[in-house]
Amino acid sequence: MWTVSATLMPVLLLSIYNFGLRSLILTVISVVSCVVIEAICQKVMGRKVSVSDGSAVLTGILMAFVIPPGVPYYLPIIGAFAAIFIAKELMGGIGYNVWNPALVGRAFLQAAFPVAITTAWIPPEQLAKAPITVFLSPGSVDAISTATPLGVLKQFGMAALTDQFGSLSSIYYNFFIGFKPGCIGETSGLLILLGGLFLIFRGIITWHIPVATIVSAGFMAWLIGGPSIGTGNPIVHVFSGGLMLGAFYMCTDYVTSPTLKSAQIIFGAGVGILTVLIRVKGGYPEGVCYAILLMNCLTPALDDWFQPKRFAPPKAAPVAASK
Amino acid sequence: MNRNVQLLWNGLIPENPIFRLALSMCPAVAVTTSVENGLMLGLAVIFVQVFSSCTVAMFRSYIHPRIRIPAYVIVIALWVTVIDMILPVISPDVYKKVALFVKLIVVFAIIISRLELFASKEPLVPSFFDGLGMGLGFTFGLVVIGAIRELFGTGKLFGIDVFDSGPLLIMILPAGGFFVIGFLMGLFNWIEYKLTGKIPTSGGAH
Repeated sequence: MWTVSATLMPVLLLSIYNFGLRSLILTVISVVSCVVIEAICQKVMGRKVSVSDGSAVLTGILMAFVIPPGVPYYLPIIGAFAAIFIAKELMGGIGYNVWNPALVGRAFLQAAFPVAITTAWIPPEQLAKAPITVFLSPGSVDAISTATPLGVLKQFGMAALTDQFGSLSSIYYNFFIGFKPGCIGETSGLLILLGGLFLIFRGIITWHIPVATIVSAGFMAWLIGGPSIGTGNPIVHVFSGGLMLGAFYMCTDYVTSPTLKSAQIIFGAGVGILTVLIRVKGGYPEGVCYAILLMNCLTPALDDWFQPKRFAPPKAAPVAASK
Repeated sequence: MNRNVQLLWNGLIPENPIFRLALSMCPAVAVTTSVENGLMLGLAVIFVQVFSSCTVAMFRSYIHPRIRIPAYVIVIALWVTVIDMILPVISPDVYKKVALFVKLIVVFAIIISRLELFASKEPLVPSFFDGLGMGLGFTFGLVVIGAIRELFGTGKLFGIDVFDSGPLLIMILPAGGFFVIGFLMGLFNWIEYKLTGKIPTSGGAH
């Protein structure tokens, strides 16, 4: 857990460069409230206090990374309550939660504060130059808010996207490096990719879920993302919104993803397909959060359908009889 | 304790329709976005429950067991029609919000289950108190849920501002209703555990 959190630090640094100190403050508030709530819950419920395993810290970081940088400072505290108390400790503590706690927190915030969570975007590299008072105000900063690429794409289409964010090649470059409006920690495809590769290299996660998610999302975006079948732009879809962060850091949560490799590929493909379906055909501009939560519901079924092969011979069957 | 008082108390807390028997959860989630709505529907349910219980208790020896369910439904429908005509006269504004659910009282699980389990076997007076207790318990549940949801969802109580800092919109959405009912059920179980020392079994097991 600590290694996973550590690989997210470069993303946080870029976010501070992009959106100013506000993203750091929000992340710290989120982490601290997650840890405090987890400790209180475990104390009250008579469980062993296990905040030192780092899972609450990781939940706090991930939840802060999927909310916009301009929201009021009390939002992560309410989100942490939903994430840790409702989604984790009430379900029975770590290992028993059905849904990814960070995403439950985000979904709760989306339902509770639909205006703040969908409008408090900040254009990159502008808040860094803003006066220090902006960071001290506890309310939301809506004076300099903007729209996310996915929001523009959803409402006005591809032409408006290139109007606002420059030519297609500069869109590719900026979106990949991370200079675009978005949630605190989801903007940089490059840094998340590096962190994810490090985790795969260290054997903490396997490649199956991220690759399946990204490939299926890209395919779906190509298929239905454009005005007619097969004219969508997969690269824009893959590198905008929280798809990269979701694919590498949220789908791969041990507790809420299936165990077997084949089931993991189905799981990842489901996340990718649902994400693009929600983005293109649904009511929201971004669908990663709900796509992962929906596939989390299927995890027990996937574990059941894809049973590991039994290596021992079945009982009472003659061992030498085959072949 | 007098049996009638006991029946009244029984419906209010130990066998509360919402928190203990878990009956009629659909209206409990749907109309409890404010205290006023919950209270109005609760009063309508008290009326229908009491009069249906009394009617069935009086005619219980005439109702053939084979056709008892249709007979109960007709009795309930009769009293629902009465309240459906009275309510718009008393309070037209609230009636507009709960009108659909007032008509649906005909199929509320709590009413028909009390007729089946109690009023069809007991005489008039105990049936009256059982009906009143269940109705009061249902109203109590709706008012508590409605108060919590209205307070957190809009920052108001009975339509009067209490506080106005960033209400949680989720509380007046259906999801918030489920959260509140779940937490209140847990609270009831916890209180019962603390009082009796026993882990509560599911309330609906008759």
